[in-house]
Amino acid sequence: MNGYTGLMVFAEQREGSIHPVSYELLGKGRELADSLGVPLSGVLLGSQIKEEAGELIYYGADKVFWYDHPVFNDFNLLNYKLNLVKLVKEVKPEIFLLGATHWGRSLGSRVAAALGTGLTADCTSLAIDKDGSLVQIRPAFSGNVLAHIKTRTRPQMATVRYKIMQSLRRDVGRKGEIIRKEAELTPSLLTIVHKEKSGEVNVAEADVIVSGGMGLKKAEDFCLLADLAKLLGGVVGSSRPPVDSGWIAREHQVGFSGNTVKPRIYIACGISGSPQHLAGMRESEVIIAINSDPSAPIFRVADYGIVGDLYHVVPKLIDRIKIRRSGS
Amino acid sequence: MRTIVPIKQVPDMSQVKFKADKRIVDRSSANAEINPFDLYALEAAVQIKEKLGGTITAISMGPGRAETALRDALARGADRAVLLEDRTLAGADTLATSYTLASAIKKLGEFDLIICGEKTVDGDTGQVGPELAEHLGIPHVAYVSRLAEVGERLVAVCDMEAELYTVESGLPVLITVTKDANTPRLPTFRDKVNARKARVEIWSAEELSTVADPDRFGVRGSPTRVHKVMIPIEEGRKGKVFRNTVDKATDEIADAIVNLLGGKSNIGDE
Ligand SMILES: Cc1cc2nc3c(=O)[nH]c(=O)nc-3n(C[C@H](O)[C@H](O)[C@H](O)COP(=O)(O)OP(=O)(O)OC[C@H]3O[C@@H](n4cnc5c(N)ncnc54)[C@H](O)[C@@H]3O)c2cc1C
Ligand SMILES: Nc1ncnc2c1ncn2[C@@H]1O[C@H](COP(=O)(O)O)[C@@H](O)[C@H]1O
Repeated sequence: MNGYTGLMVFAEQREGSIHPVSYELLGKGRELADSLGVPLSGVLLGSQIKEEAGELIYYGADKVFWYDHPVFNDFNLLNYKLNLVKLVKEVKPEIFLLGATHWGRSLGSRVAAALGTGLTADCTSLAIDKDGSLVQIRPAFSGNVLAHIKTRTRPQMATVRYKIMQSLRRDVGRKGEIIRKEAELTPSLLTIVHKEKSGEVNVAEADVIVSGGMGLKKAEDFCLLADLAKLLGGVVGSSRPPVDSGWIAREHQVGFSGNTVKPRIYIACGISGSPQHLAGMRESEVIIAINSDPSAPIFRVADYGIVGDLYHVVPKLIDRIKIRRSGS
Repeated sequence: MRTIVPIKQVPDMSQVKFKADKRIVDRSSANAEINPFDLYALEAAVQIKEKLGGTITAISMGPGRAETALRDALARGADRAVLLEDRTLAGADTLATSYTLASAIKKLGEFDLIICGEKTVDGDTGQVGPELAEHLGIPHVAYVSRLAEVGERLVAVCDMEAELYTVESGLPVLITVTKDANTPRLPTFRDKVNARKARVEIWSAEELSTVADPDRFGVRGSPTRVHKVMIPIEEGRKGKVFRNTVDKATDEIADAIVNLLGGKSNIGDE
């Protein structure tokens, strides 16, 4: 369509390191580009991070458009937008993907509006249709349905959820071209005056998560789950209601409006398994569910389920694990 | 402070029926309400007005029945309510919605601050706010969890997932607020009664034609199309579910966990 060709992936970086969702996009982008027979490029805006541009090639890009300027150290929204819009108009990719992080969604919206093109939010799956157009699949209605969306303008833009796509294995033998671009600057109307870490836990990256839901009787009972989590070197997660009740901080929330997680072990204690909760954890490698209601939907996605009272089961499980550990 | 709060009427998600067999979304089964996330935007506007004075204009694009959502906004503290209602506005995606809202805001005249919700529960994109800011050519701060200062300038804390950024901006500016920003108040009975009598202005597409290109409204102005809607069918895992056998269950599961994690986990401090 009017000379638009190829795929472009926005490489999000924070403090000079690439957000893993960008590698996942390159993984998916490689697959889509190969099926279309077109090149895959990455865009990296940053300050003195040329090595990271090389990383994008190791993870699947054929080309990297690389901008080097101190304004890109921070999330300088309007300067990011200005340069991305200019680049898209020049390179004309038919598909342009960003991670559905808060930053990607905020920036992507502005870029799409400036280009006058469509943007599909928070996709969980992407495919190429028979006519060569991009099918963007995303949850809507609070995760209750999956919508298949197509875009009739170019580029076809989408933000894609973190931890859904697979990144390729890093391959230092992969060759590609790094194209340096000069940044055009606009006076910044927004200034970041302070940054701080938002919390101690990072459920999105944890290997083991022990989550609690409304089966818990009070806030303090998360301690029981914390004991099990600590024993396994993991962290505590939560369904949404305990978060809304103020029992535990929001960064622990797993699900549609919380974190998407993919740990090696996910233990759901007193969680019914609503579609919104499952949306955030169904990709976990091993799912263990403890629930007193044998008909709870969580059992349908579990590898191991125990029908029982979590106040009885969790301490027992802790004991058994300790016994095995001390025995070996 | 002249504040504008774009709100959307959405179905009450706890009542919408999703029929997996027929693959349809039955909106008629649910009552309509203000998008829950927009209540935080309204509350933020009301708190600013209480401090600094000024006006709050609630604006919505939607069918005629969205008037009730705007009345609710009036009861919650908005001074003026405008509904953009026209057949030609229907079927809009985020680009057309934000363009239409931007046109109406241009027509309303000068403003200092626009406050949107983080996202809607039906559309679920969080795109309309930032796209609206782009059409108006003003900066925006998304995912604001705390408003530290509003006056000559705006200072807001925004949630960038692993980090919190404090961002400063001049006015006018658009922000989208999260659930952490405040606790919305319930309107009093008197406020509700007064709002029932208040006027909701209805604007047609015609009224926007002096400031906008009608080709960019509604379905025609929407580059994205929903081709299919599916109710996800849970694939499930054929897991092992233990009933009435807690001892056996915990034995087997403890084995599985220890095997999976091997020597990798921290036994050290036990
Ligand atoms: C827009 C939107 C976004 C949402 N986002 C999320 C999200 O991100 N994450 C999320 O989790 N939810 C989310 N929800 C909410 C979701 O729909 C459910 O309400 C929620 O997941 C239910 O949490 P729960 O399973 O802890 O509670 P419940 O559904 O109340 O389940 C509690 C379970 O505990 C069991 N139980 C009770 N006592 C015991 C006991 N002693 N021992 C063992 N089991 C016991 C019960 O049998 C029951 O199955 C969202 C909803 C909407 C509308
Ligand atoms: N039809 C609409 N009318 C007025 N405001 C809207 C409309 N749709 C979205 N918004 C605003 O944009 C925000 C984000 O919506 P969305 O991009 O649909 O998730 C909402 O919280 C509202 O503040």
